[in-house]
Amino acid sequence: MNKLASCIAFLFLILCRPSFGALTIEIVGGGENQIPVSVVPFESDAPGVSSVISADLARCGMFRMIDPGASNPHTIDQVNYPDWKAKGADAIVIGGIYPASGGQYEVRFRLLDVAKGAQLAGFSYTVSKSQFRQTAHRISDIIYQQLTGDVGVFSTKIAYILKKGQHFELQVADADGYGAQSIVSVNEPVISPAWSPDGKKIAYVSFEQGKATVYVQDLMTGKRHVAANYRGSNSAPAWSPDGRDIAFVLSRDGHSRIHLVNEAGGNLREIEKSPGISTEPSFSPDGKEIIFTSDRGGSPQVYKMPVSGGPAQRLTFEGNYNVSPHYSPDGKSFVYLERNGGHFNVAIQDFATGQSQILTDGDLDQSPTFAPNGKLILYASIYSGRGILAIVSTDGRIKQRLSMQSGDIREPAWGPLVH
Amino acid sequence: MKKMMLSALLMSLLGACASHPTKPEEKAAPAAKAAPAAPAAQTQAAAYNPLNDPNNILSHRSVYYDFDKSIVKDQYKPMIKAHSQYLMSHASAKVQLQGNCDERGSREYNLALGQRRADSVKQLMESAGVSAGQISTISYGSEKPRALGHNEEAWAQNRRTDIVYQSE
Repeated sequence: MNKLASCIAFLFLILCRPSFGALTIEIVGGGENQIPVSVVPFESDAPGVSSVISADLARCGMFRMIDPGASNPHTIDQVNYPDWKAKGADAIVIGGIYPASGGQYEVRFRLLDVAKGAQLAGFSYTVSKSQFRQTAHRISDIIYQQLTGDVGVFSTKIAYILKKGQHFELQVADADGYGAQSIVSVNEPVISPAWSPDGKKIAYVSFEQGKATVYVQDLMTGKRHVAANYRGSNSAPAWSPDGRDIAFVLSRDGHSRIHLVNEAGGNLREIEKSPGISTEPSFSPDGKEIIFTSDRGGSPQVYKMPVSGGPAQRLTFEGNYNVSPHYSPDGKSFVYLERNGGHFNVAIQDFATGQSQILTDGDLDQSPTFAPNGKLILYASIYSGRGILAIVSTDGRIKQRLSMQSGDIREPAWGPLVH
Repeated sequence: MKKMMLSALLMSLLGACASHPTKPEEKAAPAAKAAPAAPAAQTQAAAYNPLNDPNNILSHRSVYYDFDKSIVKDQYKPMIKAHSQYLMSHASAKVQLQGNCDERGSREYNLALGQRRADSVKQLMESAGVSAGQISTISYGSEKPRALGHNEEAWAQNRRTDIVYQSE
């Protein structure tokens, strides 16, 4: 399997091999101007830290992985730069794993610039066995930041809903699909997971009481509470950037309106009173405004308004179905779902210019969510009749597919950067 | 691009296979199906229940919609009127109106749209004279599809409001 995978590197890459329900990631398109990098297998790397780093870098689409061949330096004095220049690598990663006291291990790595013959970054981590993958992702984040200038998201987590027949699970996994854990497991629909800004809680909508209700669950303790269960449907939770409030939508008596409650529930405030449907609020990074979906103009479109109330401004004008908006982490653009002929595709619009671009080409794309570095968008799609997740870069070039061995996955939410 | 053309081709092939080719969006809604007999009705087999008589309009329970619409088409109004009259003459009977949508687009927008679909039927019943206390509404959005396919035939069945009696 390993041989086959490396033969068609970039086309098909199996990243994780846990013994159950693995999320598989497949690369379907790469960026231009990929930086050639070589990750030398680390010294005494039985746990495979360097292979996790290599897989991270290959998957993100920004790098072209150079086979180190027979060269296997682990320290700077073992590096023959002209040799690496001949292989076409701009940068190489070397390191090793060594026993430390108390049953722990020291993971050492260096990122080296081949042209300059100089070190770009070098760190040492003392970790327990259970932290090897996490450490590998931290190293990948440092390499990504050094070589691209952008923040890496390899250490982040994603949440999504796994549907198997009439059974629904809210799962949280590492950004590479590894280590999926069920947070909620019920026989009624679950939708709209939303991460708290500190990444410690997830708000979501479950139908387990027979109708849509907003819950907040603590990921560490597993404890949860009802955040909104008023008469009617309670849904579309979104956290304010300070984590104090949750915007949600209350649907009843022919209207769907955006409200605020405290994170703990209570202190209900209605923030707009337009007739018709207003839903899917998303806070601006400064917390002062929301963008949302509304059909007040006759068809569902994206609008913006101050959280404190006041007039709403329409942002989308092309076509008769523009929904599911989310602010980019820098607040300069928003991603949304656009009906494009008979298809539903992910699009991005720049606030300053008002220009938009369709990024995906599926038939039934859905639920776009930004990676916390703003470079990638995770969304749901249907592929070969099954619900899958997919990733597209904001320039539309890098594309990946994430699928489960069985069941439909949908409703993705990319977690925040964790420090 | 190739994929889009291929799916367009598939769509047109599927359309050609259908016995009554219609534009996808305007395709006739499927005939309303009688709800399965409630267990209570089975135990009282002798008692006539108009709600379950396939020849009675009251056995029709579903209102179907066009994509992104919640307007009740005229063809469903006699059925809603019959249920309204039944509710008015059976003061203890209660219905739940369950709004549903097809899978396309936004799940959250669909949840709101499903609520409006249910509310639109409720409004017709109330204006016919049914007491508000006999009617409750709920939206399942696109979360409880009756038909599981990813095509217009399935979508048309899933854009609907179901009239469900409390005993069912």
